[in-house]
Parts: sequence; C-alpha cells; structure tokens
Amino acid sequence: MSEPISALNGARFDGIARIAEAGLTGMITLRGDLASKPVKAAVAAVTGAKPPGQGQISFGKTGAAGWMSPDELMLFCPYAAAPALLAKAEAALGRAHALAVDVSDARAVFRVDGAAAREVMGKLFPIDFAPGAFEPGRLRRSRMGQIAAAVWMEQDGGFGVICFRSVAGYAFALLKEAATPGSAVGVY
Amino acid sequence: MLILHCPYCGVSAEETEFAPGGEAHIKRFGPGASDEEFRDYLFARENPKGVHFERWRHAYGCGKWFHAARCTVTLEVFGTYPAQTTEPPQAIRDAISAKRPGWSWREFE
Repeated sequence: MSEPISALNGARFDGIARIAEAGLTGMITLRGDLASKPVKAAVAAVTGAKPPGQGQISFGKTGAAGWMSPDELMLFCPYAAAPALLAKAEAALGRAHALAVDVSDARAVFRVDGAAAREVMGKLFPIDFAPGAFEPGRLRRSRMGQIAAAVWMEQDGGFGVICFRSVAGYAFALLKEAATPGSAVGVY
Repeated sequence: MLILHCPYCGVSAEETEFAPGGEAHIKRFGPGASDEEFRDYLFARENPKGVHFERWRHAYGCGKWFHAARCTVTLEVFGTYPAQTTEPPQAIRDAISAKRPGWSWREFE
C-alpha cells in the first residue's frame, strides 16, 4: 500500500510571511439543514465544535467547522481519523436529509503566519483584511488570483487557506510571490 | 465595477467574485402557451437605460443564485434579494423609488 501524501508534501517558504503547505488534513464536507439537530450532532461528533455562524469558523477539540454556504459546512479533523469520524457523522445524521463525504484528498491546505500575513492575504484576495474587518474565527470563500479558495483566520492570528488539490501548485506560487522578501507595503 | 451584497453569505464583494446570469423575473407561460409567448420567453429581453433587474451567482463564494436591482447608467446597486421570488420585494421597489421616482421595468413599477 502506498503512503498518502499531500499535494505539495509540506512545501515551505519564508518571506515577509511564512507559507507552509499544511500537509495531510482530514476534511469532511457536510451538507444539510444547518439548524437541524442531526447536522449539529454530526458537527459535534467530528470536531467537538459548535456549528459556526454565517461566515465563521468554529474550533473544537478534534477539529474545526467552517461555514461554506447556507447549507454546507467543511469539517476539519486529523487525516488518519477522517474515515472513523465520517462514520460517526453518518451515524449522527441517521435518516436526516443530509450528506457527509470525506474530501481530504481533494483539497490542499496552506498556513500563512507572521507579522505581514494580513498583507500577503490582502494582495491575493478581493477582501478587506484590515484588523477589525477580518478577525480570528472569520471565514470567507472567495478567489485567490484566478482560483476559488477559502480563507479563515486562526485564533493565533495566522491564516488558513484551502483550494482544490489540482491547483495547489498555482496557489503556492501565488503565496510565495506575495510573500517575496522586501515586498512589504505596510498597509495593515 | 459593481459591489454586490450576497444575501446568503451576508458579505459585500466585488464583481469578479460573481457570475452574471442575465435578466431576472423571466416568465414562462403555459401549458398551452402561444408561439408569441414562447418566443418572448426565449428571446425578448429588456435593454433599459436605467433601472434593471438581473440574476447573479456568487460563483467564487457560496455558489447560490440571487437577484440584483441596479442602474445600467450609473452602475448603482439598489439592492439584492434571494432568488426564490417571482417579483421584486417591496423593500427593493421602495429603495428604487427613493432614487429613481417614476421608474418602471416590464410590468413592475
């Protein structure tokens, strides 16, 4: 059996911000009525977090739950535990009209840390990343350069970015370019 | 550039995050529609100078369709509202009337 590896196998870059491909991350997409009990129970079973509000990401003991649309959540969990947690989620959903699928290998996750992280994000997304406008716990689906991507802010002030695995190389190149040493503008 | 408010995400985002979907509130007649009604459903479109109603999709966001009321001359957006409606809600009509008194668009005014 071959070992699973992430899209860029943990590639890193140090510039005005630290860019790192997060490596293997468990991801479960959950669709359904977000206000219904079975869906809330499934979120708790996978992440230990409360269901996030509109445009938010909530963090729990075993993962995080990000709000993707009015009827869709992305649940983050440890990669190895994803199949077991998916089974738990499906048990929690029961016969409810909802869908949970393991999409861990379909997406790439990046971490952006450092003092200029807001600025690096601001160069790539059409989003206001000013302090006060974008704070920890906020999640936005948008576009990064020419690709669809979602960005959120962790409790420690770092950013997480996910995009489709097939465009991981492009996403990393964009982030590297935006974090080129000496390219700080000093907006935020 | 347009800045549209997605009624599902609750965010105001710029035009490149959205995909245009043509005219809103197109009505299909039937069953038993006449050839003229079916022709108009397929091909007859408004081309107004001023108030216009359009469908947009938050393609890079939640992926949902919604409606937008805007002015084709100034690109001013009067408001956006969910797609699950067959005519502009009263709040949107009032917002347009406040800025463009006497406006009309198809059968709406």
